[in-house]
Amino acid sequence: MITKFQVAYKNLLRKKVRTLLTIIGIALSAWVLVSLLGFNRGYESSLNKDIDNMGFQLMIMAKGCPYEAATLMLKGGTGLRYMDESIMKEITKEPEVEKITPIFMSAVFDPNKGESGGIAGYFGIEPKSFAEMKPFLKFKKGGWFTDVNGHEAVMGYEAAELEQREVGDMILMPEKNVQFKVAGILERTGTQDDGTIFVPLKTVQTIFNRPNELTTIGIKLTKGVDSGRLEEKLYKLPDVQIVSLAQVKETIMKLISTAKVMVLSIAMIAILIAMVGVINTILTSVWERFQEIGILKTIGAMPWDIFKLIWIETLMLCTAGGVLGVIIALILSRVTDMVMRRVLPYAPGGGLVLIDLKLIIITLIGILCIGLLSGIYPAWRAGRIRPLEAIRGEAGR
Amino acid sequence: MSEKGVSIEATGLTRIYTRGIEEVVSVNNVSFQINKRDFVSIIGPSGSGKTTLINLLGCLDNPTAGELRLEGRPIFGSGKPLSERALTKIRRETFGYIFQNFYLIPTLSVRENVMLPLTFYRKAGTENEADKLLVLLGIDHRKDHLPGQISGGEMQRVAIARAMVNKPEILLADEPTGNLDTKRSEEIVQVLLKLNRDVGLTVIMVTHNQELARYAGRMLEMKDGHISEIKV
Ligand SMILES: Nc1ncnc2c1ncn2[C@@H]1O[C@H](COP(=O)(O)OP(=O)(O)OP(=O)(O)O)[C@@H](O)[C@H]1O
Ligand SMILES: [Mg+2]
Repeated sequence: MITKFQVAYKNLLRKKVRTLLTIIGIALSAWVLVSLLGFNRGYESSLNKDIDNMGFQLMIMAKGCPYEAATLMLKGGTGLRYMDESIMKEITKEPEVEKITPIFMSAVFDPNKGESGGIAGYFGIEPKSFAEMKPFLKFKKGGWFTDVNGHEAVMGYEAAELEQREVGDMILMPEKNVQFKVAGILERTGTQDDGTIFVPLKTVQTIFNRPNELTTIGIKLTKGVDSGRLEEKLYKLPDVQIVSLAQVKETIMKLISTAKVMVLSIAMIAILIAMVGVINTILTSVWERFQEIGILKTIGAMPWDIFKLIWIETLMLCTAGGVLGVIIALILSRVTDMVMRRVLPYAPGGGLVLIDLKLIIITLIGILCIGLLSGIYPAWRAGRIRPLEAIRGEAGR
Repeated sequence: MSEKGVSIEATGLTRIYTRGIEEVVSVNNVSFQINKRDFVSIIGPSGSGKTTLINLLGCLDNPTAGELRLEGRPIFGSGKPLSERALTKIRRETFGYIFQNFYLIPTLSVRENVMLPLTFYRKAGTENEADKLLVLLGIDHRKDHLPGQISGGEMQRVAIARAMVNKPEILLADEPTGNLDTKRSEEIVQVLLKLNRDVGLTVIMVTHNQELARYAGRMLEMKDGHISEIKV
């Protein structure tokens, strides 16, 4: 017995180039679709991870644009503002506050970073309170420095890779020409911490000539308390602003949603184009086989049989295209990641494109539905071809 | 299909085509009977209505007027044209068709072409029919070739095998030798005669070729849509 699948399959092989081009068309749109859906998920989960891994829920920063401040906190950057350390005492008094940690962010221009130089982030911290807030930080080698006045540093995983430093090596802080001895190297966290170099708080304050000043204070709330109430109280402090990371996340997601809508419309257009391509391919091949199809009816095929035959062809094209598209998406997910990073206003540290089995299955089902939909018209037309017209050779278009 | 009896009975069969305002009466009030196991040839000049008639007999087309009975069962005549579905059902029970252009599926091998009808419909007792026919028609050694790799005569044999695989009662052949040279044409008619003799197949063959037509037990002639019996 020869099955309809074999007949359909052999027919698709008849015009190999055309079949291949159609499959590529579907594959490209499947790729775009998977990547976008994967991006939707990956971005949010990476952002969540980034924010959770800060270890604190509120940040106090010196007054300035809150968005700028938030971005700076996540990304590192210049144009920072400063506040006095004494403010910490006020904050600790509040009952909602479980822990706080002072941070002095600094960014220096490193001419040796990348092709044309780049910003290197040096964070002055107090190792004890900082480590308590981020218990998930693990050391690949070494450990925290102990002296807040010393010249030791802990490097994020990527920072250490980039600079090719080991524990015990020296690093030079550009611009300021101060040397630090590497005391520890952190394991990869998938967040901005990976690219940061942590140094003793007092030391950086001295280097930047801002004794007893801070850029940021991280606040960890006592479990279960209302952060809104604390925020209200802290607003009364002069010259500072409170950044809630939940708000930061919301703001970033809002910024991203515009981009998402745009990219999703592009995906929709890609899918429509692929659909038109499929319809065109199948319809063309139906007209080319007008007589063959008519003859199938003289050997016993019902209109529904012909319909199925043509539908199966469409389905095969779409399955092949869908699978190919998913494979491309998986192979190129790093590339997609890189492109997205260029386009987006802010990208978290982890993988932006998250493609899992569920997503793959959803996409394939989606592509199949589109295939089934595209196949309906050509298959219906083919089913209506009458054997008589086929024999007479009049294509009743 | 053993005992003798009436296979096809046409009464006042008429088919009129309308071309714009002009009306062409292709088959004009034709009445005749064909018995089981008959081998009938239909001759006549071009445009006389042979193809139109054989298509009506084979339920490929609805008549404008008249009746058609298959083994006493009325097919047309109620006045209502039959749907494509209904026609297909009748066709695959009763008929096999071959044509001047063999209409083989180029992507399928000879054997697959012969088996193809079974994909859509399968009568009981047709299990080994395809392979039997390949041997009977002398194309067994070509069964894995594609249609493009065999000769015209062989292609028509494949088409015959395909038409026969579901054991039809009646084989309708519209100019089956139209694309073949004299020798091959002769061979094809011999094959049809053999099927008629050995399997008891009713054969209706349209041809331009008087010589070939004479092999049939009965000859009908079409002229301007009318039919007449020719004494052999
Ligand atoms: N679909 C159609 N529409 C209009 N006229 C038609 C159609 N089919 C056939 N005819 C006309 O009906 C007449 C009979 O045609 P038919 O094809 O039956 O002749 P034929 O005897 O088979 O001719 P030939 O030997 O050339 O095959 C012709 O005048 C033809 O032009
Ligand atoms: Mg004809």
